Amino acid sequence: MTDVSMTVNGREMKGSVEDRTLLVQFLRDNLGLTGTHVGCDTSQCGACVVHVDGKAVKSCTMLAVQASGASVTTIEGIANGVELHPVQAAFREHHGLQCGFCTPGMIMTAVDMINRHGSSLDEKTVREELDGNICRCTGYHNIVKAILSAAGAAQTPAMAAE
Amino acid sequence: MYETSYTRATSIEEAARLAAEKGEEAKYLSGGMTLLPTMKQRLAAPEMLIDLRHVGELKGITVDGRAIRIGGGMTHAEIAQSDAIKAVCPGFTSLAGLIGDPAVRHMGTIGGSVANFDPAADYPAALLALGGTIHTDKREIAADDFFQGLFETALEEGEIVTAVSFEAPDACAYEKFRNPASRYAMCGVFVAKRAGGVKVGVTGAGSDGAFRWSEGEQALSGNFAPEAVDGLTVPEGNMLSDIHGSSAYRANLVKVVTKRAVKKAQGH
Repeated sequence: MTDVSMTVNGREMKGSVEDRTLLVQFLRDNLGLTGTHVGCDTSQCGACVVHVDGKAVKSCTMLAVQASGASVTTIEGIANGVELHPVQAAFREHHGLQCGFCTPGMIMTAVDMINRHGSSLDEKTVREELDGNICRCTGYHNIVKAILSAAGAAQTPAMAAE
Repeated sequence: MYETSYTRATSIEEAARLAAEKGEEAKYLSGGMTLLPTMKQRLAAPEMLIDLRHVGELKGITVDGRAIRIGGGMTHAEIAQSDAIKAVCPGFTSLAGLIGDPAVRHMGTIGGSVANFDPAADYPAALLALGGTIHTDKREIAADDFFQGLFETALEEGEIVTAVSFEAPDACAYEKFRNPASRYAMCGVFVAKRAGGVKVGVTGAGSDGAFRWSEGEQALSGNFAPEAVDGLTVPEGNMLSDIHGSSAYRANLVKVVTKRAVKKAQGH
């Protein structure tokens, strides 16, 4: 077992893990942060996306020991108390989810996307950058709409369903 | 995943020493975007992982005139976003931006990709077409000599890819025909044009990994236009064949994707 320590959602967290423990297992099983989901477990679906040192990564494809010393943000860490993060609020407003399983990963990917592109985001870029997040319910239209809305993008997506 | 042990190296010297002590049971871990999924499927079970992600010597991009050098530890995202590379060789940054997805690009590194030499990896096509050099902790190897076969490179046990370098060509472009499900290249073609001629690197299609299409190079060196390869036929003998596409299909893709890449390079 190896001792790991990392800042998770602003708090110092420590734990003892096997070296083969995935970051997502550490977050869910050791820290009880079950908002981060495991969908495919093969780095394709993006339900497990968290931020490590400010960048979106797939926590099912990173070892907990790799993240030791890093700053990790999960879906539990983005709201301000009871006040939803703007991206969470936009997903609610625009009905960017149905079953909700992919939503934590979608939102963490969207926050990262908006951090990098800001209000210059357009529909094409959003759709391209959702390459690594799979949703089996919505057909993506309202997810795209929510992300563009949260980004304050000038362009309104023509395709988005009400 | 089978049990393993993790060690974080902070210098190339330390990483190489650890690998030499452990022998072939040790594996270098860079971004882990191929190695960790492979370990999760129990297709690989190294006893020791030596993490290279915190080795400062593997970081950095230098662009001196048209000479580009990229540290082995640079991620696909860092390469895709490099304005310095983009200014002289936009075909290369756009290739990096087509690898995997944003989260994968944040972790995966050029050194890891080059060392692994997956038959559908994107960089090898570019490094072959650009006449690039692969730098290791022991030597420098020309791309033509480095890439040898399916997952097979000139790297010796414990050797670390420290950087890649190449000279920006007059024009270049990468075109990728993706498998619609996996999003990997079923055929990716990088064309690079210089005063001395044109080089064509092909990935995803060949059964021995990325290769140079010499007939295409000859035709395009005479006339750098998509129609220059119209009369050519790519032999299917050395093409991959699977449920996604037969070798005949992939052979034809080489030609089609090359034409698209040339068209794109003309636009730059």
